[in-house]
Amino acid sequence: MSNPIQNRYEFVLLFDVQDGNPNGDPDAGNLPRVDPETGNGLVTDVCLKRKVRNYVGIAHGEQPPFEIYVKEKAILNHQHERAYKALDIDLSGDTGKRKGGENVEVARQWMCKNFYDVRTFGAVMSTGINCGQVRGPVQMSFARSVSPVVPLEHSITRMAVATEAEAEKQGGDNRTMGRKFTIPYALYRGHGYISAHLARQTGFSEEDLALLWEALTNMFEHDHSAARRQMSMRGLYIFKHDNALGHAPAHVLFDGITVQPRDGVSVPREFSDYQVTVNDTGLPQGVTLLRQVG
Amino acid sequence: MDDARKNAVCLRVWGDNACFTRPEMKVERVSYDVMTPSAARGILEAILWKPAIRWQVTRIDVLKPIRWESVRRNEVETVVSTRNVTTTMSSGRGDLGLYIEEARQQRAGLFLRDVDYLIHACFELTDKAGHEDNHIKFAQMFRRRAEKGQCFNQPYLGCREFSAAFEPVEQGEELPVPISESRDLGWMLYDLDHLEAEPRPYFFRAMMEQGTIRVPAWDSSEVMG
Repeated sequence: MSNPIQNRYEFVLLFDVQDGNPNGDPDAGNLPRVDPETGNGLVTDVCLKRKVRNYVGIAHGEQPPFEIYVKEKAILNHQHERAYKALDIDLSGDTGKRKGGENVEVARQWMCKNFYDVRTFGAVMSTGINCGQVRGPVQMSFARSVSPVVPLEHSITRMAVATEAEAEKQGGDNRTMGRKFTIPYALYRGHGYISAHLARQTGFSEEDLALLWEALTNMFEHDHSAARRQMSMRGLYIFKHDNALGHAPAHVLFDGITVQPRDGVSVPREFSDYQVTVNDTGLPQGVTLLRQVG
Repeated sequence: MDDARKNAVCLRVWGDNACFTRPEMKVERVSYDVMTPSAARGILEAILWKPAIRWQVTRIDVLKPIRWESVRRNEVETVVSTRNVTTTMSSGRGDLGLYIEEARQQRAGLFLRDVDYLIHACFELTDKAGHEDNHIKFAQMFRRRAEKGQCFNQPYLGCREFSAAFEPVEQGEELPVPISESRDLGWMLYDLDHLEAEPRPYFFRAMMEQGTIRVPAWDSSEVMG
């Protein structure tokens, strides 16, 4: 656990959805999120981070040091008591001169050691003093669809009702109608950043990093539901810098990966309707491209 | 004057979205119209900061029209309780997880979209600066890093999910032209003073003149606590 990563990374995620709703908008009655100005679909950073958490929770059975702090109850209610390993925490060499007592610093480090998501994404600890914050090394942005999306609305029926009163009102007809929203097809692109410097502060290790790539690769496979239908990870391109500070601006590296509808395709409906071009020849010195998926 | 030029830097930053949250509306976040000096300082510090220097933002140029976007997200309403953690640590058992269904808030945010700024700044040496520290050393270090896209962590536009792309604008290079719009932006957060136990906010009266916001110095009478 004590070997934090030494390299800066950026990554590009390409994932698609078929006849599903990748991320509902609570402001719009759960319609898929759409940027009203461009018509492109959106998936929030927190939506993707949730899936990483869920995957790690499943893969490691919610046990320290890979426990997940922010849980979804539906899957994870089964363990309420667990023994935490009392860890020897080395406080020397830490910038722990902030006010608020040693307590906070010790608790913070202990949380980092036991909880994968605290180590990875960070967390806010309450103290009333501005010092209990953990900034995680992994930073993600909103994902946007490559082309504008068309959210469809479907009315669906249910051959049952929920309450006695409803049944009476319908005179035994017992039917209800509902709605669901889908996007016929969309390919989304998201960006992420990993800071080796912040990893040093939370102890995010090589092992944690490998788990992150594994989670991003497989997270949709364990996240099937009626609403989402088919979602797949289509590309995970990782730029690895050979040092902590990096060798090139992130936006320059991201520009090396272009995604466009193929010639002649006006309505993309599957992944093969897109052309993904990865320019891995002109990479700046000190940067390597790892093609985890795609 | 000569000295002031040596430590002056100019950085262009842009991104898809930004949220420079108004402190009076931070439950349902509403962004200021433009980047605050404190957010600009955060970006500079993400590229280079040492205890020996203190950044002073002098001017912010707005290069793209001010446009908005609203996003509502499920968020968590509580924070990790230090006391629970220490109790669990010492007893070696317990349940620390936070169940999002039980502590959920739906919060809307009014964010900026498609932003592009020019940050003009300089830095001063603090009393932590050593003998070998000088303006030129840090200014060059900053330029080298900014040019190569190096950073301590990826800078962001107010919130970490709104990452910022950046590139330096060299001295003598022609500056991009700001939008031709003038606005009284009202009282705006200047920065937080972290010297005391409770961080203390300071404000200033921000005016945008032809896309440019002049930022007064910390110790100027225009900055009010």
